[in-house]
Amino acid sequence: MNALKGFSAPIVTGVVLLGLWEGVLALLDPKGFVLPAPSEIVGALIDNWDAVFQGARITGFVAVSGLIAGIILGILAALLVTRFRTANETITPLAVAVNAIPIIALAPIFNNWFGLTSPRSNQAIVVALVFFPIFINTTRGLSQVDRSQIELMESYAASRSRITREVRIPNAMPFFFTALKLAASLAVIAAIVAEYFGGRQDALGPMITQSAGLTRYDDAWAAVLAGTAIGAVLYFAVIVLERVAMPWNSLVRNPK
Amino acid sequence: MSEVPSMDEATSAAQGASSLVIDIRGATKVFNPGKSNQVEALGEIDLSVGPGEFITLIGPSGCGKSTLLRLVASLIPPSAGTVQVNGKPAEQARLDRDYGMAFQTAGLFDWRSVTKNIELPLELMGWSRGARRRRVAEMLEMVKLSEFANHHPSELSGGMQQRVAIARALSFSPSLLLMDEPFGALDEMTREHMQDELLRIWEETETTVVFVTHSIPEAVYLSTRAIVMSPRPGGIASIIDVDLGDRNASTRDDPAFFTKVTEVRTALRKVEE
Repeated sequence: MNALKGFSAPIVTGVVLLGLWEGVLALLDPKGFVLPAPSEIVGALIDNWDAVFQGARITGFVAVSGLIAGIILGILAALLVTRFRTANETITPLAVAVNAIPIIALAPIFNNWFGLTSPRSNQAIVVALVFFPIFINTTRGLSQVDRSQIELMESYAASRSRITREVRIPNAMPFFFTALKLAASLAVIAAIVAEYFGGRQDALGPMITQSAGLTRYDDAWAAVLAGTAIGAVLYFAVIVLERVAMPWNSLVRNPK
Repeated sequence: MSEVPSMDEATSAAQGASSLVIDIRGATKVFNPGKSNQVEALGEIDLSVGPGEFITLIGPSGCGKSTLLRLVASLIPPSAGTVQVNGKPAEQARLDRDYGMAFQTAGLFDWRSVTKNIELPLELMGWSRGARRRRVAEMLEMVKLSEFANHHPSELSGGMQQRVAIARALSFSPSLLLMDEPFGALDEMTREHMQDELLRIWEETETTVVFVTHSIPEAVYLSTRAIVMSPRPGGIASIIDVDLGDRNASTRDDPAFFTKVTEVRTALRKVEE
């Protein structure tokens, strides 16, 4: 019961909102293409289960693989630039500037590079979008270390790599997880929007555009629902990972 | 001079090397030399500290007391002159882990428990797990925090965190303890309590202490010698010997205590002018 304590209020609110949505639509009875009722969306999901599940698998793979590759590249780049000061001074401002490019807008160009129907271009968009927040935040966490903690390690004649391991990396963890929570949601958004422009045609993105084009809005919403589920699963996976990786963090935020 | 030094010469040379814990000669420190933001932090400093002394460095902001402490710790190199610790260059003393250090911010690692924080220098020195645990238990007893062994720093009060930091600094029994305003962030009552704790530990462990502070009563209460420093560039203005004997609650009301407080205050006023 204790584990559910924090969730009961939002769950109740969510159920009430769904009920209102269903009830208002039943009362006003607008045309189905404005907004389908929750029951219609669930119906469409059941009717198209195989196609939606297949789409979710493809889009989920693009999002998760892109997310993981973006995380790895972001962390490696952050470790590299904090190791070499000149690299930090030249690359980090550049990365912040490059991050201002609306990367998702590059999707049609990436299709040209990787092939119109290849999921590679979708993955590349996800990687690029995930990379920057992870890289910038992790770099910040690795560099913004309490000066006295570094001096303390130096007073013990600790090696540079030991200081990185004992001080910089644990210090960077909260920064990294803040970025990761953002990146996990971004990865799903990026995957679906990138799929609007190309990649495999049985993914969630094309399913949404095609259903909408055929005014099958309940089918489109069913696909959106699947995308939401992927995002939610990723987000909660990050929360769990955060608690496992930083058991001390809840103490820091809520000291007894 | 004969090729083989006589017995007398050999002993006096050995004593000369071993009788001083800190030997600073003509040390200066200039930050950013040759640049527009060049700062002459320390003028020529000469200072000798013998074993078992409790030295406080006191002076206004910018007098270079923390810089002087960092020269001794070899966290920064001197621009000129020499700094010797335990008869060898400060750099070598640091590599040999001859001193422990504590700062104003306790500098504890949130991600390590109290035990693991105190263990950190021992881990770096390659102590076995069993030896580490035994020593940590002793240190926790010394700073009276045994029941907090498995707590995390964020669960402790400021004074308790500083006690953990002191335990960590002393865990490997260094002959020298360097402290940079360790009680600066504590409230007055906790501060006085910590001063008594530190004196007890100092007597128990026979460590030499160099202690940077802003507080005149703190400098007088703790030290065997108070070094009054002057700013721009940092230098030693006067050295005041203090001998209050065994210190206890009544020491702070002792006329001898007030005389020394006045003496240090007068020296500081001269510096500020």
